[in-house]
Amino acid sequence: MNIRVTDIPAKTVGRIDVANVSISLGEGAGAFEAVRDLDFAVAPGELVCVLGPSGCGKSTLLGALAGHLKLTQGRLTVDDQPLLGPSPDRGIVFQQHTLFPWKRVRDNVAFGPKMRGIGKAERRRSADEILKLVGLDGFEAFYPSQLSGGMQQRVEIARVLINQPRVLLMDEPFGALDAQTRSLMQEVLLDIWTKIPTTTVFVTHDIEEALFLADRIIVMSARPGRVIDDIRLPFARPRHSELVTEHEFVRLKRHILNLLRRPDNSPPLPRLSPLGVPGE
Amino acid sequence: MASGRTIDRLPKLRWLVRAGSILACIGLWQLASSWHLHLGIVTFRNVPPPTEVVQSAIFLLKSPKLFAHVSSSLWRVFAGYGAAVVIGVALGFAIGRSRAASDLLLPPLELLRPIPAVAWIPLSILMFPSSELSMIYITFIGALFPIILNTVHGVANIDRRLVASARSLGGTPVAILREIVLPGAAPSIVTGLAIGMGTSWFCLVTAEMISGQFGIGYYTWEAYTLQNYADIIVGMLVIGLLGMGSSWLLTTLGHYLMPWRDPAVAR
Repeated sequence: MNIRVTDIPAKTVGRIDVANVSISLGEGAGAFEAVRDLDFAVAPGELVCVLGPSGCGKSTLLGALAGHLKLTQGRLTVDDQPLLGPSPDRGIVFQQHTLFPWKRVRDNVAFGPKMRGIGKAERRRSADEILKLVGLDGFEAFYPSQLSGGMQQRVEIARVLINQPRVLLMDEPFGALDAQTRSLMQEVLLDIWTKIPTTTVFVTHDIEEALFLADRIIVMSARPGRVIDDIRLPFARPRHSELVTEHEFVRLKRHILNLLRRPDNSPPLPRLSPLGVPGE
Repeated sequence: MASGRTIDRLPKLRWLVRAGSILACIGLWQLASSWHLHLGIVTFRNVPPPTEVVQSAIFLLKSPKLFAHVSSSLWRVFAGYGAAVVIGVALGFAIGRSRAASDLLLPPLELLRPIPAVAWIPLSILMFPSSELSMIYITFIGALFPIILNTVHGVANIDRRLVASARSLGGTPVAILREIVLPGAAPSIVTGLAIGMGTSWFCLVTAEMISGQFGIGYYTWEAYTLQNYADIIVGMLVIGLLGMGSSWLLTTLGHYLMPWRDPAVAR
């Protein structure tokens, strides 16, 4: 197999710089500014949650990081390289899985290596290896529709990580799962992230999820999305579900709730997607 | 146990009822034609009974004519439908994937589409040097539009998130066409192929009745002109069987090419 991210001296790749980034979406009269003047950096290996109300542009930022959306202003770099479009260096996991229904789990995961021209036997072996790591050995020959929602997202994560990306981008990946599966998947993600330390930007509107997962939470305001707080979390790893009842956890949760409180009667904004305005 | 037995016997009973229904229809037909039933607007006076049809069918089966007729029909469908598949899928891909191709190709196709393929028969006889080619052309035109339109539909309705994911995973435009667009559009394309198969048989039989010298449509029409009325029904049955066979072929091909859509696999 080729070099694994784990073999590289830990935490040297995957630095993200977001400098004065504004992004407008839509066309003509429907155009609007989704995010304005975002300015922050993510350190290599960091797990950052971007938290904000629905429609605040956090998914838009993620889409720009993935290379699917263009900036109207500012600069976005990963390891000082400007982003020129989608790349396996910046893998993205969507809220609803985007596994290819016609490929078996193994071949879905092996898609990236196949695009790099790696032979069938070798790419399948790598796929099986990483599937084992996400806890899916025994399901290699299944079709995606035969898996549960949680398993589908595990395959999705494996399919991105097999490319050894510099950054892992996740757009509310567990938002469509039931509460129990979601908390299980959060632990699975932390476990994978520990084994394959990758800079991760995790978008969510679930405060507890962000507090449980992140090294650091970036809180965004309603549209146009701006950074209104940047919180470094003091919780030690490995983390367990008891964390959610700790005093500091509850205090931070209350703090963020206050930050995100909307004026009464303001209608919620429609959800944006990393690919722009849904249905455009 | 009593309840278990009812569950076991129910499907058997239903099959019996179904078979009985077919037998009853044939029986009614036998009675209607042997009594020369006359119902005012429709008459069974010239309709041969099933017994005669069976005799004619056995006669045709034994004669070398059957092979000549069936093989020339099959050849025409193979050529006309085959050309429609190749051209239709290619055009459908171009129109569904590229706005320029859509603007360039779609307007004339939209103008031609409402014209039923059968209406092409006189012109196609004038356009082509042989009646053979004009019949193949009719078969082609009949299958072309359903194939194009369903391919366009399938290609244009690919989930764009799948394409975005493939690009994020390093897929080049050509790879995306082959790995994502083609399998994603496959169900819709196969639907177009099935509809096209139906219309192409329909068009072929009509064309053969008008300008054929061999072929199962010609056989059926010839039977009418020669007053071999039982042969008309034999011809109709052969046409039905050929249509059934080709749609079975397509369904089987669909299952083979798209195993992920199998209900046993994909719940």
